Amino acid sequence: MFEIVEKVRLAHSVALFRLKAPAIASKRKAGQFIMLRLNEYGERIPLTIVDSDPEQGTITLISQEMGKTTSMLGALDKGASILDVVGPLGKPTHVENFGTAVCIGGGIGTAPVYPITAALKNAGNKVLSVIGARTKGLLILEDEMRKVSDELFVTTDDGSYKHHGFVTQILQNLIEEQTKINVVFAIGPLSMMRAVCNLTRQHGLPTIVSLNPIMVDGTGMCGSCRVTVGGKNMFACVDGPEFNGHEVDFDELIRRNRSYFKEEKMAMEELTYHEGPRCYER
Amino acid sequence: MLREVTLKPLADKSARMKIPRQDMPEQDPLERITNFREVPFGYTEELAMKEATRCLQCKDPQCVAGCPVNINIPWFVRLVAEGKFIEAAWKIRETNLLPAVCGRVCRQEDQCEKFCIRGKKGKAVAIGALERFVADYEREKGDVPIPEIPAWTGKKVAVVGSGPAGLTAAGDLVKRGHRVTIFEALHVPGGVLMYGIPEFRLPKKIVKAEIEYLKRMGVEFEFNAVIGKLFTVDDLFAEGYDAVFIGTGAGLPIFMNIPGENLVGVYSSNEYLTRVNLMRAYRFPEYDTPVLRGRKVIVVGGGNTALDASRTARRLCYEDVTVVYRRSREEMPARREEIKHAEEEGVKFLFLTAPTRYLGDREGRLVRAELVRMELSGPDESGRRRPLPAAGSEFQIDADIVIVAVGNLINPIIPLSSPDIRVNRCGNIIVEPSTEKTSKKGVFAGGDIVRGGATVILAMGDGRRAAYNIHEYLTDNKG
Repeated sequence: MFEIVEKVRLAHSVALFRLKAPAIASKRKAGQFIMLRLNEYGERIPLTIVDSDPEQGTITLISQEMGKTTSMLGALDKGASILDVVGPLGKPTHVENFGTAVCIGGGIGTAPVYPITAALKNAGNKVLSVIGARTKGLLILEDEMRKVSDELFVTTDDGSYKHHGFVTQILQNLIEEQTKINVVFAIGPLSMMRAVCNLTRQHGLPTIVSLNPIMVDGTGMCGSCRVTVGGKNMFACVDGPEFNGHEVDFDELIRRNRSYFKEEKMAMEELTYHEGPRCYER
Repeated sequence: MLREVTLKPLADKSARMKIPRQDMPEQDPLERITNFREVPFGYTEELAMKEATRCLQCKDPQCVAGCPVNINIPWFVRLVAEGKFIEAAWKIRETNLLPAVCGRVCRQEDQCEKFCIRGKKGKAVAIGALERFVADYEREKGDVPIPEIPAWTGKKVAVVGSGPAGLTAAGDLVKRGHRVTIFEALHVPGGVLMYGIPEFRLPKKIVKAEIEYLKRMGVEFEFNAVIGKLFTVDDLFAEGYDAVFIGTGAGLPIFMNIPGENLVGVYSSNEYLTRVNLMRAYRFPEYDTPVLRGRKVIVVGGGNTALDASRTARRLCYEDVTVVYRRSREEMPARREEIKHAEEEGVKFLFLTAPTRYLGDREGRLVRAELVRMELSGPDESGRRRPLPAAGSEFQIDADIVIVAVGNLINPIIPLSSPDIRVNRCGNIIVEPSTEKTSKKGVFAGGDIVRGGATVILAMGDGRRAAYNIHEYLTDNKG
């Protein structure tokens, strides 16, 4: 059992959890993830490790309530426990002093981009960051990102806060202003990462993305998370989750991530119908 | 633990010869494809005694030599014939820690039963069914005594992976007085016994009971522990373990690299079976993990895993299930019993056929498979005739689920994190066959991580041999 020692609601439907997981906390590196299972009936879902505190033996996760499992997770409070947490999984981010790095986080993608941004800053990079959300209420980690960035741009799709528009427009501006950029890290909805990659490909800017396919075991055993990268089949859980964004077949991944669309909807309806969104105990 | 048993004189040989092989009663095929309950019901006491009486009690029993863990078969069978079922169970437990599992999933027809003298003219004694009966009887009577555990030797052993190899190694090491912790990547113990083999062939409560027995013997478990990620093998030594056994299996699914393999609806057998067996997707939405149901299912492959997947799909899909195999029926590596069960359940077979590509709709969901006829030419390196596609023989059939069951490679997590453990070109860990020693001092390995895709009982044999040699290593080299 993994106890929740802190919970902070960051936005409507987005919460941060600090979990007691000492072994993972001491091993984890930026870019890695865990798989969790809430209870005996639960599914296994991947979540990026946003931060860790080896001294306190905790790891930080951020989750957006999208389907049944994330809704049940969102209903858990400090003091509650999660049945299974396994990690750290996946390859760590390759961090070095590239020169200037642009770190882009879209929506909940800001959570996984944050530890990478911090690691890049730490390695001596000049870091320009762009974070965006649909609306102001969904924006997360603004202060945290500002602390680890030389410059931070914030966008909202609806113009409710800061720049009105998409993260790609900021990137476009940076490129047009002839800003020296050595590498781009982009994490967010697949359509956002695809748009970023389409832009950076034209300008020959190396771009790393972190993918979030459906996973079952997270250790390379099942192949559920396979993605086509550079024409080759890769398993995001062991070969990734980060890949050269210019080689990723995003359209295929978008379709694969909708595999269980009907089942996910059914599970969600059942959850809200029976006991409301707080029925995590069975 | 064995009390003295007095055996009665054997019945007249010619009378014993007259008894035909007793089949286990089974669930009716039409009934069983509507549920996940076990297919055979197992022997009654009367049937077991009758079957056991068929054994001729050979002076030089070949069946024992055919058993990878050398169970004293005539001895336990004779106890069954006399109705001494608990004593029979103890006899088996002397050499086999997982009798209820082996009685169900061992390939007896290629091992003990293959060498049975009664099989020369007629049918072999049903050793597997008897083993299963005895183990079930013992479990249901509820009083399974554990063997005497010697005082702690002061040595600790880490076992990586809780499948058949790891469980056997752990049990044997604990019996020799070492402390053993099994590190398991998943959230439950059992490895392939839990995620791979379906409930209707190996009920999970039976696996749990066998593991409970090991826990009572003192074996400790750490779940959610991926060695190579959470701890490396060197970390384990640093933590105070004196030896490490690696039994992490063959868990990296092979795809065929043909067009359309990433369409929604194409699964590896590992994923399909893991969703259904480990995550219980057949009980969705009670359990949260879904699996696609589908109307028409194609399973690619001819091994036991393909058959397990096809029989699972038969219970979950709405129309029909077809196994597509590139060679002919004679070359299928699956057990005859499994093929028979699949056929009874209405699984169809297309032999000498292989997929060439999969076709999807605009949403990227599988709708059809293109297959090609194969012709057999001269034998290949495995001694089987090599199948080659017959030009121009392509045809298409409807399918909304494809399950690819063409084998597994080695999961590279441990070798990548411990480069000093030598592997061959396929990624299998290289060991000295007689000792299971790897190239790294104090590290042993066995089961599918060494063999590639093999069987439960061979993995158990490796675990046993490794345990013996780990014991030697701990007591001689460093004692």
